[in-house]
Amino acid sequence: MNLTLKIWRQKGPKDKGSMVDYKVSDISEHMSFLEMMDVLNEQLINEGKEPVAFDHDCREGICGSCSMFINGEAHGPDRGVTTCQLHMRMFKDGDVITIEPFRAKAFPVIKDLVVDRSSFDRIQHAGGYISVNTSGNTQDANAIPISKHAADEAMDAATCIGCGACVASCKNASAMLFVGAKVSQYALLPQGRIEAVDRVKNMVAQMDLEGFGNCTNTGACEVECPKGISLENIARMNREYLFANIKD
Amino acid sequence: MSGFFKSSIGRKYAMALSAFFLMIFLLQHFAINILSVFSPEAFNEASHFMGTFWAVQYILQPILIFGVVYHFVMGFILEAKNRSARVKSYARNNGGANSSWMSRNMIYSGLAILAFLILHFIDFWIPEINTKYIQGDMSGLLPDGDYRYYEELTHKFVSPLRVGAYVIAFVFLSLHLMHGFSSAFQSVGASSMRKEKLQTFGKAYAILLPLGFIIIALYHHFNH
Repeated sequence: MNLTLKIWRQKGPKDKGSMVDYKVSDISEHMSFLEMMDVLNEQLINEGKEPVAFDHDCREGICGSCSMFINGEAHGPDRGVTTCQLHMRMFKDGDVITIEPFRAKAFPVIKDLVVDRSSFDRIQHAGGYISVNTSGNTQDANAIPISKHAADEAMDAATCIGCGACVASCKNASAMLFVGAKVSQYALLPQGRIEAVDRVKNMVAQMDLEGFGNCTNTGACEVECPKGISLENIARMNREYLFANIKD
Repeated sequence: MSGFFKSSIGRKYAMALSAFFLMIFLLQHFAINILSVFSPEAFNEASHFMGTFWAVQYILQPILIFGVVYHFVMGFILEAKNRSARVKSYARNNGGANSSWMSRNMIYSGLAILAFLILHFIDFWIPEINTKYIQGDMSGLLPDGDYRYYEELTHKFVSPLRVGAYVIAFVFLSLHLMHGFSSAFQSVGASSMRKEKLQTFGKAYAILLPLGFIIIALYHHFNH
């Protein structure tokens, strides 16, 4: 298929940037979206032009690196997939595809489609872990009884790959689905309960500090999340945060 | 709890709690207004009670005013903060693919409700405060000895322009509640196990209550 791509080009963090049109031809419908971008970049390199910078790593939907906003949606029009899992069969010959970086004040553009998502790392550092002595006397985690329901819910929350699609999709650029998932995956397990009060308070404080917007429950994040992280995690974080503040 | 209400989640709770209070107030307001359709006497009695009973006037009314002002002011503050969280907007944003129009435009339905409230205050609340607390007439009576409340209500719904404005305002209230009702429960951490029932109940509330207010306005317009 032949396509017209409208791509955000920005030379660096301080460059103003603009949308630039490109034509690509003979794109197979079996290609992934990133493979189509590879074709474009090869074309640009052959023409002596600067290739489009974009994040990618595993290309199998688990690393959370790819981060494009395609035709007005994070990771494009398909559901439950990252950009690397998005196939060109979702588009048709002659389509005009708009490709932009994830936009949020807390995700500044580094170059073209690459954004700095280290704000997520700082939120994780604020409490997204459990403190365990790993000197060799650590108890086997499987020795602690955990209900199937709690284990499933914790696992569902833990599937968040921190790609930032929730922030990109939210009209308020809120990070509450990401933080809700990270809070939930520990709050649901006995190992995580020990530091639950400090965790939720510190992670929410860091989230607010990073300049993300406030959640207004539109639900866009849940729909666009490639891992299907549920809004229930935000509700759980809200409960955890209230009880943490009451206990304090 | 220090700093709770300054945090993003604390503000969600505060918005939700003020919303719960306002939604209960709307039910109470409707319960009294609907009396005007079935029994002018009962409407007069209830209005006089609400307008003169000390607990309503000096406890509930100030809480209501605070709730209304807080909900609007915090709504505007959060909207400004949220807009500043995305410095550059998207060239193409397909919001309709992942969220409802109502949820994305709460600020506009809220502004329409604010405009209505100003009209409503000019129509009813300011004359009421003037009569009771400036002129000092707490009797609630007209010169002929009847209660004035039903008379004042029907008089306001003569103008088709005002009735039209009320109807439009209640449509916006319905749109606001369509998202606001279930959103308030989500904000206070209601479990998703109750999500479906809450959404169904919320939609019923968001449609039936404003529709009830519209029916009352139209009833008085076409019967007086």
